[in-house]
Amino acid sequence: MRLGCGAFAAGCVAVEVLGVALFLRGFFPPPVRSSSQPAPPAAPEPSAGASSSGTKLLPPLFGKVVVMLIDGLRDDFVFGSKGVKFMPYTTYLVEEGASHSFVAEAKPPTVTMPRIKALVTGSLPGFVDVVRNLNSPALLEDNVVTRATAAGKRVIFYGDETWVKLFPKHFVEYDGTTSFFVSDYTEVDDNVTRHLDKVLKRGDWDVLILHYLGLDHIGHISGPSSPLIGRKLSEMDSILMRIHTSLQSEEREALSPSLLVLCGDHGMSESGGHGAASLEEVSTALLLTSSAFSRKPGEVRPPERVQQTDLAATLAVGLGLPIPQHSVGRFLFPVMQGRAMREQLRFLHLNAVQLSRLLQASNPVYEREPGFEQFKMSERLHGNWVRLYLENNNSEVLLNLGAKVRRQYLGALKSLSRAVSSQVAQYDIYSMVLGTVVVLEVLALLLLSIPQALGAAAELEVPLSPVCSLLFYLAFLLLWAMHVVVCTSAERSRYLCSLTWPMAGGVLALVSALLCGVLSALTRTCVDGKLLRRNPTPSSWRWSELDFLTLAGTAGHVLSLGASSFIEEEHQTWYFLVSTLCLALCHESYRACFLGEDGEPRHCSSPASALQDRSVSCDVLELDQACQSPSSLDGLGGREKYMALASPWLVLGCCRLLRSLNQTGVQWAHRPDLGHWLTSSEHQAELSILSALSLLAIFALVQSRCSPLSKGALALGLLGVYCYRTATGHLLFPWQQDSKDLSRGIIEARFVYVFVLGILFTGIKQVLKSQVLTADVQAKTVGLWDVHSALVLLAALLFRPHNLPVLLCSLLTQTLMARFLWRPLGHGAAEVTIMHYWFGQAFFYFQGNSNNIATVDISAGFVGLNTYMEVPAMFLTAFATYAGPVLWASHLVNFLSWEPSRCSSSSVPQQSGHAPQVRSSLCQGDRKAIWRWGGPASATRCSAPSRCPPTSSWSPPCATTCSSGACSPRSSSTRACTCSSQPPSACASPPWAGPAPRQTLGE
Amino acid sequence: MKNIDIKRLLYTHLLCIFSIILSIFIPSVFLENFSILETHLTWLCICSVFVTAVNLLLYVVVKPSASAKRSSLSYKVTRFLKCCIYFLMSCFVFHVIFVLYGAPLIELVLETFLFAVILSTFTTVPCLCLLGPNIKAWLRVFSRNGVTSIWENSLQITTISSFLGSWFGAFPIPLDWERPWQVWPISCTLGATFGYVAGLVISPLWIYWNRKQLTYKNN
Repeated sequence: MRLGCGAFAAGCVAVEVLGVALFLRGFFPPPVRSSSQPAPPAAPEPSAGASSSGTKLLPPLFGKVVVMLIDGLRDDFVFGSKGVKFMPYTTYLVEEGASHSFVAEAKPPTVTMPRIKALVTGSLPGFVDVVRNLNSPALLEDNVVTRATAAGKRVIFYGDETWVKLFPKHFVEYDGTTSFFVSDYTEVDDNVTRHLDKVLKRGDWDVLILHYLGLDHIGHISGPSSPLIGRKLSEMDSILMRIHTSLQSEEREALSPSLLVLCGDHGMSESGGHGAASLEEVSTALLLTSSAFSRKPGEVRPPERVQQTDLAATLAVGLGLPIPQHSVGRFLFPVMQGRAMREQLRFLHLNAVQLSRLLQASNPVYEREPGFEQFKMSERLHGNWVRLYLENNNSEVLLNLGAKVRRQYLGALKSLSRAVSSQVAQYDIYSMVLGTVVVLEVLALLLLSIPQALGAAAELEVPLSPVCSLLFYLAFLLLWAMHVVVCTSAERSRYLCSLTWPMAGGVLALVSALLCGVLSALTRTCVDGKLLRRNPTPSSWRWSELDFLTLAGTAGHVLSLGASSFIEEEHQTWYFLVSTLCLALCHESYRACFLGEDGEPRHCSSPASALQDRSVSCDVLELDQACQSPSSLDGLGGREKYMALASPWLVLGCCRLLRSLNQTGVQWAHRPDLGHWLTSSEHQAELSILSALSLLAIFALVQSRCSPLSKGALALGLLGVYCYRTATGHLLFPWQQDSKDLSRGIIEARFVYVFVLGILFTGIKQVLKSQVLTADVQAKTVGLWDVHSALVLLAALLFRPHNLPVLLCSLLTQTLMARFLWRPLGHGAAEVTIMHYWFGQAFFYFQGNSNNIATVDISAGFVGLNTYMEVPAMFLTAFATYAGPVLWASHLVNFLSWEPSRCSSSSVPQQSGHAPQVRSSLCQGDRKAIWRWGGPASATRCSAPSRCPPTSSWSPPCATTCSSGACSPRSSSTRACTCSSQPPSACASPPWAGPAPRQTLGE
Repeated sequence: MKNIDIKRLLYTHLLCIFSIILSIFIPSVFLENFSILETHLTWLCICSVFVTAVNLLLYVVVKPSASAKRSSLSYKVTRFLKCCIYFLMSCFVFHVIFVLYGAPLIELVLETFLFAVILSTFTTVPCLCLLGPNIKAWLRVFSRNGVTSIWENSLQITTISSFLGSWFGAFPIPLDWERPWQVWPISCTLGATFGYVAGLVISPLWIYWNRKQLTYKNN
């Protein structure tokens, strides 16, 4: 059985996607969520039959809570030598005051936003959360602040803006400071402190949250050992003292004690940064102070290591709120130490119930967890204790039993918390391994089948021999056995094991089938290699500098991804490579222009040998090309020759302009760029003019190759784009100076969508028609170009107005490159593909994207939509983000789709009596075909002595095939039949040949 | 014959390397606080002057290229002026290319231009000395199999290695090592210098190893 090339490629892509999806499923385990979405009622107090009053929540432990969060407060800033030196009051509290101190361990990523989430929800924000919360930055998960607001507590916040974004409606009073200006470390904190006196005096609040950024900024500027740190710490110390004394004086009036929490969100590495998982970055200080805490004089309490997530549960308990559903922490028990035994046990029970619910939701085999068993046992004991207590059995027994229950609970909490958080933090190795194996197998298969796929038949053999089947069954059985072993021994859930067995079996069968395919392809390659070595054919093709550059550049880019700076600044790599590519093309075009005849050594096998078997169709074709060979550029008219020389420089200039349009990356992202200048409100007129010009130029570049129907649609669509942007207030209409009513431009955007779909529809219809009615090559070309123009129109709609020049430059580069460089210089399919890939990547970054998810423009997902709809919004956002690569890919399809039409002309002579030699000629051309597949390709490289005068202007190879019959009379018969079997439409000059005069058949 | 030529080539190249080394050490005798990194621009000027001087000296002494047919004074003067114009043009062209590659347009103009000057010194000056102001000859030398003598061959190698050196010199710029030499254009100028020196060392060796295979049209 044989498989077509396209089907094979499509299958490979599908399987590759499956493999990547499988890998990602294992790499980003879904966050642990308890299934019951509405908050479950508080668990009743276990009472072992006796009636108890236990369903209601306990009263709050503290009247007021102040959370003082200092960004980047590493543990040794408080508990180490720096703390002793610069924070005397805090040190006094730690060593002698009524306080509990801890070293709270933050989980990576140690960045402020996820850490704040961890502090208030007690859960570990997974990477998937970032994607899930694209539509709303507000924190929707169950958390302490929401609960407090719902319970009628008044929450006040001053500090980092992130909180205000997370809780837009929760604070009665807030003042956000932006963390954007890292170089400022005094103003940010003064902006927080200035509210302090007023608020402390007023006292009409329950929770006060302060987030100080200065310390982290100092860390970023000059590192943790800078003298500035000491000054900042002293400032923080004095603020802490103020808050503490004020709270103490207030406590004397009010009855309930208050709680002051000093904590950090993440630490600071020795260089001052944060984000990774080193010990310095994850260790943060945590200090709880309250007059409710008792302490014997002289008692030394070294700071205990706890998890940062424990704070959420502690705050919830302290405020008398239910613990957030998804919290994986256990509350800090020392806080409870002064309370009555019944209260202590009650809180422990609540926390344990919450954790066990979370465990049940995440782990199907939760009964086997040691923590869960322990919890069940302590719950039973607790019930007994409550019964004894209610019977007023106030004896030694009760006390001992209580202590035992408490110990049991603490142990249970510890193992439950560990089980739940390990569920979150661990990868699903099994899925990851299988996904990797699938991806690697597909890759190997693709690499091994390149010669076959690019060969004559463009078909691949599907191995169905008995040996292969046997191998398949063996591999499948082996994998199945492994699957069973892995799944039965699993202590935690694995994604593949939770699938139904036909699905898992399907994945395993796929893996083994791919294995067989790879093995058979490998053996075939080995056999072929041996055959080739026995009768070596002289390789007629040498690597050009450009081939070397494209390969080395691509490999170098892959290698550069090993360094994190190069990932952060990946755009620089692409800009650099694209500039180098332009210079190389420039070099090539200059050489072709000035040294066309004698300077260039010939790559092609000697024309003599080609002449010997001139009946071979392919070589004949090559020679035909060779007629106009040195060609390539000499053949061009004067103006086009100059364009060929100038276009690399034009492209370089475009790239340089685009580069200063959007600064991106990390190191230089703050530099001023044209994009900001254009989007600022005082330059709206300039932006409007620029957008209008860009849209006009886009139309001019795209329309020439469209079908007339879609030409009109495109014009109207681009007009609609401008109207949409004026409706949203980005741009100005010249005759309507003050746009008072800003709508969301729904109608205008939908108007454009209609045209996009219309053009897309006509394009696809044309392509399908050309597939059914064979040999209508032109219809296919036009259809594909229509699809391309529909994509351009969609991109024009979704791009921000200041990015329209990016679209324009992309189209301009495509046109210049295709018309003046790639075609005349005759680059092969592989070279052109790699160049398209490079340009696509570069334009991805020209749009202002980076590898940081924060640069994704989410607003594109709302164009023309009334409400948030997930699927269209996701699609539109993804398209707007990847518009550069997508447009270049679609241009690649357009560019290549025209070339194989030549191949059909080369296959015609097969039927006219030259069949025996065709095979051998193709074999000879095989190696070349990998790189120089397609037509004009062979033309430049191989220059037979020019036996016919170069045509006045460069014309498509197809037409040449027909016209150059006069070149050599010997092969005219072949050519005649080639010509006659071609429909005239196929020989018409393609649209991009522009003004090139059509050559008629009878010439 | 050939071996003697290769020896001469080697000695001239050693002299060039020596001039670069001198440009590092001699100025510190006369100038205070001279170091390559801190007073980079001064060093660039001095190095450029030294290398140009040595190249001109060698051109006068060794005369690797065939002597000009006409040697009237006016011809020599026009030739010299033409060379100067070519040199300046190459500086500007390199400057434009650097800006197209992403060098800042307005800030650091002097730095960028001096980088262009030093790269021209390493590439254009030897070309002018050897081939004269003749673009066709340049294009011939820098295309495949176009060289006609070991001098041209070594010219090809040193020029390409200077370009490659400055190309590779741009790599460390995005890295976050915060070193003084990562600042534009220091890493590139250093890369160009290293590339030039490497080319000077490699080309005689390469020609020596491949002397059997190398056949020139004229020799």
